Amino acid sequence: MASHPVAIEADFAVRTRELYRGFDGRTILDGLDLSIRRGEFVALLGRSGSGKSTFLKALAELDHDVTGSGALDVPENRSVVFQDARLLPWRSVLQNVTLGLTGAEAAGRRMLAEVGLAGREASWPIELSGGEQQRVALARSLVREPELLLADEPFGALDALTRIRMHVLLKELCARHRPAVLLVTHDVDEAITLADRVLVLEDGAFVEDLPIDLPSPREHDNPRFGQLRRHLLGKLGVSTH
Amino acid sequence: MTLIATDDFKPRRAEASANLRQRRRSGARVRLGPGPAIPFGLQIGSVGLVVLWALGSGLGLIDPRILSAPWTVMEAFGRLIADGKLQEHLGISAWRAITGLVIGVAIGTVLAVIAGLSRWGEAIIDGPIQIKRAVPTLALIPLLMLWFGIGEQMKIITIVLAVIVPIYIHTHNALRSIDNRYVELSETLNLSRGTFIRQVVLPGALPGFLLGLRFAVTLCWVSLVVVEQVNATSGLGYMINLARTYGQTEVIVAGIVVYAVLGLASDAAVRLAERRALSWRRTLSQ
Repeated sequence: MASHPVAIEADFAVRTRELYRGFDGRTILDGLDLSIRRGEFVALLGRSGSGKSTFLKALAELDHDVTGSGALDVPENRSVVFQDARLLPWRSVLQNVTLGLTGAEAAGRRMLAEVGLAGREASWPIELSGGEQQRVALARSLVREPELLLADEPFGALDALTRIRMHVLLKELCARHRPAVLLVTHDVDEAITLADRVLVLEDGAFVEDLPIDLPSPREHDNPRFGQLRRHLLGKLGVSTH
Repeated sequence: MTLIATDDFKPRRAEASANLRQRRRSGARVRLGPGPAIPFGLQIGSVGLVVLWALGSGLGLIDPRILSAPWTVMEAFGRLIADGKLQEHLGISAWRAITGLVIGVAIGTVLAVIAGLSRWGEAIIDGPIQIKRAVPTLALIPLLMLWFGIGEQMKIITIVLAVIVPIYIHTHNALRSIDNRYVELSETLNLSRGTFIRQVVLPGALPGFLLGLRFAVTLCWVSLVVVEQVNATSGLGYMINLARTYGQTEVIVAGIVVYAVLGLASDAAVRLAERRALSWRRTLSQ
């Protein structure tokens, strides 16, 4: 799979030009152009099968068995948070956070404290709740101080209350560590709450690129929130009337 | 209002508990797990067997020419230990078994890792192991005698060949069933191949390896019987064979008891190691 680096301007973390990906002769990504600035939080919405996971896998360079072309420039230092926490069950919480790093124990402990899990370093993953496991996964990603954080529906498997708490936590962490973020989600409210910019992907092409001009904190009962949500749901083919 | 509510409430509660009782009686909530562990549960079957044996001998139901009584066997033990025969044979047998086990486990594990991580490795290694699995050890001995003579080398190689099979099969199977999601994770974390093998592959395959080891520890003693009864001048198998020639049933049984104890003890040791090494798991056995 050919990936030609493009000349990157210093203030962009991600640049793709004419990115094509296909599988079994079917086009999944149809020439995507995207730039994400350093520290920018971008949410990617799309229906199932729109190609949003394929796009994330392309940025993570996890797409071994697909064909494709186009220019892709992503930072070497990037992390992925998956929908499942994907912790190694046979390693303690701290060992999971520092997996593959040497001399990162102190940083790992600090990061665990930041996600509110101080004191749980020696626990086994199976002893944690789903939300706690996902917080460990966040710590594992952020302890590497990534320039780009790729998140593939990271809160999709959590209950509604835990999800709200995770939104607050993720926003705090991103404000502090300033990675560029691409959050793939199907939750319109989540996208509006968290992102600086929301993209909508349909049949492998972007059909919307919408800056979110809401002040923080973003309250759901703000009329502008409702407008944005109706607009995005419309783009996703869901009518609220 | 309050009065009515209270009146209303009581019979409903009674009804509810009646319902509950009825459901219990019909066995609606069946416990599907094995339940809590029985104290000394693993010893009950073995002790029961010895009790039956003692009862049979004591009541004269078992002819001592066919099977010596437990106390006769104990006397034989006393004699064998007193003149140092048992220690001598056991020492030699244990050395053979443990050497064969260690070498076999090492080779089996390496082969399983190679076959588990590379398609070419699997293509080359898997077939011959399956063939070895299908061939009984006893059938290989004449060939091994031709190749390696009748000395220690041949005995240990026989044990090694026997031990490789379960270690390889179970470790390889466990390696192949490691979730692909962990492979993907390791790629995103930029793990080196060495770290990937040490942190993800080997710990992930450990449950399978330990299951293979349980088969292997028993098998190394079993293969020992075979090699030492075919040709040997020392070892437990030789001791039993000699006793057969002289018709000493109690010595034969004593030898069998030693094998049984060794097998049980080895299995218990591996289980203990298993419980320690796999404390991250919560399974039916807990």
